[in-house]
Amino acid sequence: MEFSELIKTATVENVLLSCAGLPAVRGTLCITSHHLLLSSCPGGDVELWLLIRNVDAVEKRLTGSSGTITLRCKDLKVLQLEIPGMEECLNIASSIEALSSVDSVMMMYPFFYRPPSLKLEEGWHQFPLEQYFQQISSQVMLRSSQPLTGPNRRRCREDETLLGTILDEGERGFIIDTRSAQAAKQARMTGGGTEPKSSYPQWRRLHRPLERGRPLQESFAKLVEACSDPSLSMDRWLGRLESSRWLSHVKAALSTACLAAQCMDREEATVLVHGAEGTDTTLLVTALAQVILDPSCRTLAGFQGLLEREWIQAGHPFHLRCAHSAYSHARLKQEAPLFLLFLDCVWQLSRQFPFSLEFGERLLLSLFDNAYASAYGTFLCNNEKERSLCKVKESTHSLWAWLNRPEEQQKLLNPLYSHNALVIWPSVEPQSIQLWQGLFLRWIRPSQHLDEAWAEIQRLVEENNAPAKESTGNRLSQSLSDPTAGVS
Amino acid sequence: MEHISTPKVENVKLLDRYANRKVANGTLYLTATHLIYVEASAEVRKETWILHHHIASVEKLPLTTAGYPLLIHCKNFHVAHFVLGQERDCHDVFTSLLKLSQPVKPEELYAFSYNPKMSKENREIGWKLIDLKLDYQRMGIPNDYWEITDVNKDYEVCSTYPPEIVVPRAASKAVVMGSSKFRSRGRIPVLSYLYKENNAALCRCSQPLAGFSARCLEDEQMLQAIREANPGSPFMWLYFICACMSVKSFGILLLFLSHHLNAMANRAAGKGYENEDNYENIRFKFIGIENIHVMRSSLQKLLEVCEMKSPSMSDFLTGLENSGWLRHIKAVIDAGVFLAKAVREEKASVLVHCSDGWDRTAQVCSLAGLLLDPFYRTFKGFMVLIEKEWIAMGHKFSHRCGHLDGDPKEVSPVFTQFVECVWQLMQQFPCSFEFNERFLLEIHDHVYSCQFGNFLGTCHKEREDLKIFEKTHSLWPFLLQRKQELRNPLYRGFTAYKELQPNTLPFSFQFWCGMYNRFDKGMHPKQCVLDHLLSCMSQKVQLEDDASELENKLPFLDGPLPGEASSFPRAGHAAPKAPVPNTPQNYGGAAPPVLSNGTSPGAGGSAVDQKHKENLSHHHQDLGASTEVSDGNAQHQ
Repeated sequence: MEFSELIKTATVENVLLSCAGLPAVRGTLCITSHHLLLSSCPGGDVELWLLIRNVDAVEKRLTGSSGTITLRCKDLKVLQLEIPGMEECLNIASSIEALSSVDSVMMMYPFFYRPPSLKLEEGWHQFPLEQYFQQISSQVMLRSSQPLTGPNRRRCREDETLLGTILDEGERGFIIDTRSAQAAKQARMTGGGTEPKSSYPQWRRLHRPLERGRPLQESFAKLVEACSDPSLSMDRWLGRLESSRWLSHVKAALSTACLAAQCMDREEATVLVHGAEGTDTTLLVTALAQVILDPSCRTLAGFQGLLEREWIQAGHPFHLRCAHSAYSHARLKQEAPLFLLFLDCVWQLSRQFPFSLEFGERLLLSLFDNAYASAYGTFLCNNEKERSLCKVKESTHSLWAWLNRPEEQQKLLNPLYSHNALVIWPSVEPQSIQLWQGLFLRWIRPSQHLDEAWAEIQRLVEENNAPAKESTGNRLSQSLSDPTAGVS
Repeated sequence: MEHISTPKVENVKLLDRYANRKVANGTLYLTATHLIYVEASAEVRKETWILHHHIASVEKLPLTTAGYPLLIHCKNFHVAHFVLGQERDCHDVFTSLLKLSQPVKPEELYAFSYNPKMSKENREIGWKLIDLKLDYQRMGIPNDYWEITDVNKDYEVCSTYPPEIVVPRAASKAVVMGSSKFRSRGRIPVLSYLYKENNAALCRCSQPLAGFSARCLEDEQMLQAIREANPGSPFMWLYFICACMSVKSFGILLLFLSHHLNAMANRAAGKGYENEDNYENIRFKFIGIENIHVMRSSLQKLLEVCEMKSPSMSDFLTGLENSGWLRHIKAVIDAGVFLAKAVREEKASVLVHCSDGWDRTAQVCSLAGLLLDPFYRTFKGFMVLIEKEWIAMGHKFSHRCGHLDGDPKEVSPVFTQFVECVWQLMQQFPCSFEFNERFLLEIHDHVYSCQFGNFLGTCHKEREDLKIFEKTHSLWPFLLQRKQELRNPLYRGFTAYKELQPNTLPFSFQFWCGMYNRFDKGMHPKQCVLDHLLSCMSQKVQLEDDASELENKLPFLDGPLPGEASSFPRAGHAAPKAPVPNTPQNYGGAAPPVLSNGTSPGAGGSAVDQKHKENLSHHHQDLGASTEVSDGNAQHQ
């Protein structure tokens, strides 16, 4: 396949670009194999530089001789392009559709992206697993997939022995199953199932059903739809927020992770977490529990290590789960925003423990964006095996290499961070769980005042760390010399 | 005290209402002003203080295995669930609290006995701290169009207005008196805020009297004078706040229309229909904000939601929606935004009224002022705003807050809603208010505490009759003294922002956990950014303080404050960032019985009103300026 076959019209003049909250710009639109560009004048500034992989849905509306294309992006941004000429409009729309649905991993942008400032091998071998295992003490958190008990209640001696050896004589362990007891039972019909008590006497099984798959994807889509509907009354808004059930899923995920953490920290017991495949809700719970328990997972580097270990290498199928975001009209296959749910839960932790995470909201947003559409190879493919087949580590750049450049890192750090060696137990009361506005309303509400507040926090903290009398003095004289002060 | 038959009960349990496992054991004391609960089991002395005036209701619940429960709901949304061992004690405490929490005579209110050991001079200076005349001066009044008149000095115009009011210069005494006959309770159109930039004025009044069928020339002249006081604009707005869709308000609406429209239609007819000017010069707008009864029941529903035991997310959100509370908050802010927009963008004067013009009108006028003028977002400006739009203009604090035993149908959270609107704005504009959330909570507490004279009675005349200026203290100097802990560390100064234009889409409004679940510490963020930033600031407090003091003084020259010395501990401020171990709650409903749920006492779990003190006997001395507040109280001379 050649990209050029998919591009029916490469450039259109006189296109009007508009995006909520920003002034509209007119310019020349260009489509390349991976990007959509718009520049206001030849050789001038590029006003838009959009990775086509980021496009989630393309809608076109024709009016007379021109047409409007609405691009709904995976990062939840919405763009409108007014294109003169019906044919151009249709061509552009179908080109974007075709390019954005290229499913072959090795055709994706990370395989073509070669920034001069980064080396290809950088960032790929930063988090050796052995290093982490050495730190683990007596209690262990394990994850797995469901046992294949099946309708005939099969047993597996080796598995029983394996789980048995983990526990000492008389010790007890907890199995946290992220499915309801009924769903776990039903799984036997299709060859799955649960650990029967008789075969695993030292283990106690707890069922904490978490949403996954299609219902979770629909929840995400419903929430985004509610957020982008400005015509809602207060009652309708609260109703839609409730019926999307997104915050319920946040609460459930946090609660289950806390339960796992509690079994380890308070009961000093070993915990095994699994759902069905061990690649979705399982990872959500184990990763979250580690953020709650382990201060080393709350540093910038530690968190990246956690993602690498608990999500990427553990085989969360990013390629399938993040193929589409909230806007897509495409028929859902395997999409589900489990990773986003995880990021949301981490955001909730950062809100309740504002000093305990070394990184800020920006990192979480950047991870969300990159999981759905990226110039880097980090979130490509579904598992390590696929990554190795596609030679991802050899032929793409690592997101971590980019994020860990000092100038990028600076933007990601939480100015309020101070090491907290303790467990951070969040409140999971509904009053304590908030809509993550920074993500869901990122492109909808103006953020100027909140950005200013953030900058002010940064300034205050920095001044405090390096007390500079001059700056205070400057501020004082500024407010006094301002001619408008008070005499208005 | 005559009402206290059992001043001390031992072995009283205090249940933590959302963590069942936490049960404290201790001693309950009744003093003349407070209920005090001292925990015996805690390693650190832990006390819970409840001011009698804060008690909204006391209930005896059915006997449980633990004993006789007594459930106390406070007006500041504190809920205390005690369990007493003896029925007799429980009954005694119950009857005492019923009496103590509902005084019959105004003289029984705390403010008349509160003695912070302040000299008479300082007390008097305290009352002069807020001078509304200075605020009008700041707006440039008196000027060619507006004057401050003492026409109401004997309350002949209106018994619920202050002696001095601001009216158009063109409105003669006859016009003022005539208009007062036409308007409910004589509450004539008066100026609330003048937007100096373009001369547009924000005015307020009550509705025309029902049954007044003829036209009132003086009232028409009054409106004309208001319109002409803004020569730059060809028209003015008349905003009428009414409950949406009620039959009664529809009746008022018709009455209103027949008065104003007919009057003008008649006039227009006289001059011929073509002359559009007569229609053009007054424009109408109806604003839907529900009445005090709807608001009271809405808050009731909200509080029921806040008190649910381990609700699911859906229970909570559905309850929040059904309470209608945020819808009402949005309606009030929407109205304030309308008003501010008309004044700022259309450069038009606005006259606004609801029915009596002391509830919803006060809300929207004060919000519009806050949106238009950065001065009202400073400590002193906010005090001026409350004194001007609420206290002076006769918001019936005494009735709305139920200070005295009276008609429960008069009670309504009108002021609470205003405070919440300000908080909602603070969420959107974190750098534009000089004060922080605690300042709002502090004011809200004292509106109900009756500890200071400011909010007693229903209007200026009544406060004069009660002699509050001679017998009680003003709240404001006490709050200014505690500026260091009540300030917003992110405030970027008086000149950084002018008008605020908030987003009023529904998602911009949040549930205010810090108010309605304020005493459920477990629900709040476990680390406090505000405390940390305040301690960051403590190093340069003095310099900043001087700066903001100067900023305040530029537009607002006033006398020295009583003891304005900084009481902020400059060193040795407990590093608020030091991690405090918190305990897990009950995650996921039915926890396995094996889990002990870690019952170690939460070191950070003390409620706002739980103070750690050495000796109870001290308390009668310093029942202090901050009865229910954080620890930094004490120093008042």
